[in-house]
Amino acid sequence: MPDYEAVIGLEVHVQLKTRSKIFCGCPTTFGAEPNTSVCPVCLGLPGSLPVLNETALRYSILTGIMLGSTISSFSKFDRKNYFYPDLPKNYQISQYDLPLCVGGELEIEFEGKRKRIGITRVHLEEDAGKLVHAEVEGEDSGVDFNRTGVPLLEIVSEPEISSPEEAFAYLKGLKLTLQYLGVSDCDMEKGSLRCDANVSVRPRGEKLLGVKVEVKNMNSFRAVQKALAYEIERQNRAIAEGQRIVQETRLWEAESEMTHPMRSKEEAHDYRYFPEPDLVPVMVDHALQEVLRASLPEAPLKRRDRLVAQYALPEYDVEVLTSERELADYFEACVTAGAEPKAASNLIMGEMLRLLKERALTLEGCKITPKHIVEILALVSSGAITGTTGKEVFAEMFETGKRPGEIVHSGGLAQISDQAELDRLADEVIAKNTKSVEDYRSGKAKAIGFLVGQVMKATKGKANPQMVNEILKKKLEKDSSKR
Amino acid sequence: MDLIDLTVSEAAQLIRKRETSSHDLVRACLDRIRAVDATVGAFVDVYEKDALSEAHAADNRIAEGGAARALEGVPVAVKDNLCVTGRPVTCSSKILKGFIAPYTATVIERLREAGAILIGRTNMDEFAMGSSTETSCYGLTRNPWDTGRVPGGSSGGSVAAVAAREAPASLGSDTGGSIRQPAALCGVAGLKPTYGYVSRYGLVAFASSLDQIGPIARSVRDIAVLLEIIGGHDPRDSTSVKRPAENLVSSLGGKIENLRIGVPKEYFVEGMDPEVKEAIRAALEKMQSAGATIVDVSLPHTEYAVATYYVIATAEASSNLARYDGVQYGYRAPHPTDLLDMYQRTKSEGFGAEVKRRIMLGTYVLSSGYYDAYYLKAQKVRTLLKKDFEDAFKLCDVIATPASPTAAFKVGEKVADPLQMYLSDIFTISVNLAGVPAISVPCGFTSNTLPIGLQLIGRHFGEGTLLKVAHAYESMTDWHKKQPKV
Repeated sequence: MPDYEAVIGLEVHVQLKTRSKIFCGCPTTFGAEPNTSVCPVCLGLPGSLPVLNETALRYSILTGIMLGSTISSFSKFDRKNYFYPDLPKNYQISQYDLPLCVGGELEIEFEGKRKRIGITRVHLEEDAGKLVHAEVEGEDSGVDFNRTGVPLLEIVSEPEISSPEEAFAYLKGLKLTLQYLGVSDCDMEKGSLRCDANVSVRPRGEKLLGVKVEVKNMNSFRAVQKALAYEIERQNRAIAEGQRIVQETRLWEAESEMTHPMRSKEEAHDYRYFPEPDLVPVMVDHALQEVLRASLPEAPLKRRDRLVAQYALPEYDVEVLTSERELADYFEACVTAGAEPKAASNLIMGEMLRLLKERALTLEGCKITPKHIVEILALVSSGAITGTTGKEVFAEMFETGKRPGEIVHSGGLAQISDQAELDRLADEVIAKNTKSVEDYRSGKAKAIGFLVGQVMKATKGKANPQMVNEILKKKLEKDSSKR
Repeated sequence: MDLIDLTVSEAAQLIRKRETSSHDLVRACLDRIRAVDATVGAFVDVYEKDALSEAHAADNRIAEGGAARALEGVPVAVKDNLCVTGRPVTCSSKILKGFIAPYTATVIERLREAGAILIGRTNMDEFAMGSSTETSCYGLTRNPWDTGRVPGGSSGGSVAAVAAREAPASLGSDTGGSIRQPAALCGVAGLKPTYGYVSRYGLVAFASSLDQIGPIARSVRDIAVLLEIIGGHDPRDSTSVKRPAENLVSSLGGKIENLRIGVPKEYFVEGMDPEVKEAIRAALEKMQSAGATIVDVSLPHTEYAVATYYVIATAEASSNLARYDGVQYGYRAPHPTDLLDMYQRTKSEGFGAEVKRRIMLGTYVLSSGYYDAYYLKAQKVRTLLKKDFEDAFKLCDVIATPASPTAAFKVGEKVADPLQMYLSDIFTISVNLAGVPAISVPCGFTSNTLPIGLQLIGRHFGEGTLLKVAHAYESMTDWHKKQPKV
């Protein structure tokens, strides 16, 4: 049997993060009471008309520019006609033959290597509602139209993805890119990102594509990866057994971890697309494109490369720091404000992310400014406070947003580096801990750690640990030489 | 003078001067409705109580010396496809029975802001699909000139109400002639504005790229008054056009000397009713005598207009009407066994035969494999039809044609023959496809005393000139003053 390779193309739908819906003024908030974020327009009531949300249009163009697409100077909306109760007009306003963005590519990183995946098209459309089925068999089902009319961006890749793992990397890369742009949350759990896959197999080296199968109903990136792995295996096995692959749509079932046929090519819908007469064509002029291009953020992978080169940071640090645009922005703001890059990186990756995660907060609500970061790093590096105190100060700063100097001052947290004071404390500790002193003197060098700890404890961590260490050593050795 | 004979402009003035009251006028219209509407059948709903109380409020405002608005206290009837908050809107279809509009159409808001009072909603062909007002789920509307004949359609109720003096004016909608053809058949004035002149927000769609709301009245001046009020850009309708406001009323009364009136040879074909032909010829002579120049023009693609229209209009309708499925509102077939059964029976039972015919036709022309041959080709012909008008308007300022090939036909005469019915709109359809404005004004009678309508067609957004010519013609004739015997 010849060696077969998989060919995968992904169709990703993301909800755009606009305040209002694509064709009306209803809010796009997630999780509201059923049918409370609705109006005659998104309910498709008789006589209502759509009006395009300008922000949704801008977000779409922004995405297209980021992906290197050609932005159509003339595009239009079309009606996709099909009957389903979650679609109040029984047609979806979408884009058919003249999408907003054509072509482009997404650079992804996969197993340490970079690869460019072609983008076929990016178009704008409206989301449908949600069916709510009764728990009890035989009772009525309901429709929640809150989601109806939320702007959706459909991003279609070329069939250039060659493995389930690469598909996963593509999704991760696309999500990060869209999050950098600030156009979508890309939260698959909330349904703000959905993915269908087209997959076929062919003998390695063959140019022609095999018969493709569309796989739907994956609810996480991992599920996409698993469904593709299953489907490729299924197709390979079928071919090995001499069967032919049929063009069809299959559903992934998470529980059984298998795909099952949903409809064949013959049963495929005839969507009867035609131009939406209620909307005028969309003209994107050069000026708007330039304005949007100027506001474009750096792409995530480009930023990674730059941070490594510019700040001499380890790859690992940079990967963490660039995992969110806001985090990378924050880090660079700290460095710009005067922080030493590696020290800032350590503090952000360590204390900052830990506290944010603990409190389930985002950087947006964080009270610590980059200036605070610079100040606290300076306090620690100058020895004004100890590293231990630093963590304490950081925690208080996180809660209150006060300046670190102010916290140190009002809490009396400055490091104790006074020789006489430390001498006195060392003597006290030596007198009280004869067992440890004996241990040390009998050759257990580690015992000094306990004694240092006792001094730190007595000073609530404020004592200069290096000084304490030296003082104790001197005292213990001096005493033993006396003997 | 009888109050029910007043035009909108006359009524508004008398009310303003307190020579009559809004209450008396509304009362007179309501009495007239009570007296004749059992025969005419123009209204499907009369808002007696609310209209009277609104009239009372209007009279009070005027008594208190408030600045009277253009239509203060004047009653207006509206077609049953315009949404008014709290009122049913059904498009005279069983499938929308029970549906109460939760919002108000822009044109209604504008009428009310001008002080008008809604007196009721009027009968129509189901979903505005028809030329005789015979497909309504509420039954027939009859022509006030001869109750054995149809009023035309689809705005038959709105037009008959005005002709029968039940209301001084009304609003209709025109997708292929639905205002102009019945206006011709009932002897009143009716205008289809330029596509984009009037907001469609709140007009239940038939064919979105062709539908326009327009006024129906007994004088051209009233048409201008009403159009000024309902027209203008509306941010809720993307297809309504942003333009500076026009003063249509004040431009009336000008001379038509040196204006060129084009007569398209394709509109004077064999088989046309000779009485209609003669009335149009006489009208042209009249305008010529007032100084206008008559020029021959050609609209070469006219013969494809009806076919083109029945592809585009049905395609859009098949999609627009898909939403009537029994899920959210309106009629739902009882005890569905499953979703498909609910869809199928709701639509089978809820829609009438003509609507179903058009949905099937529209679905067919959009289907995979047929789209290019029908829908796409029709769009190309539509472009040619638009160009026909652009070319013709290089030679003339206004085009004159008959509004309908015949006067009112008999009830039931064309019901069994859809093609014959479709040909009733042969002179009005091109105008919708081209998006230009056109008006029908009375221009004579047949030997059976049935009204004949003259259609005047204007340039894109050429409402000013169009109304000026129509008004000039009307001033030279008294056809519009004749009253039906009902």
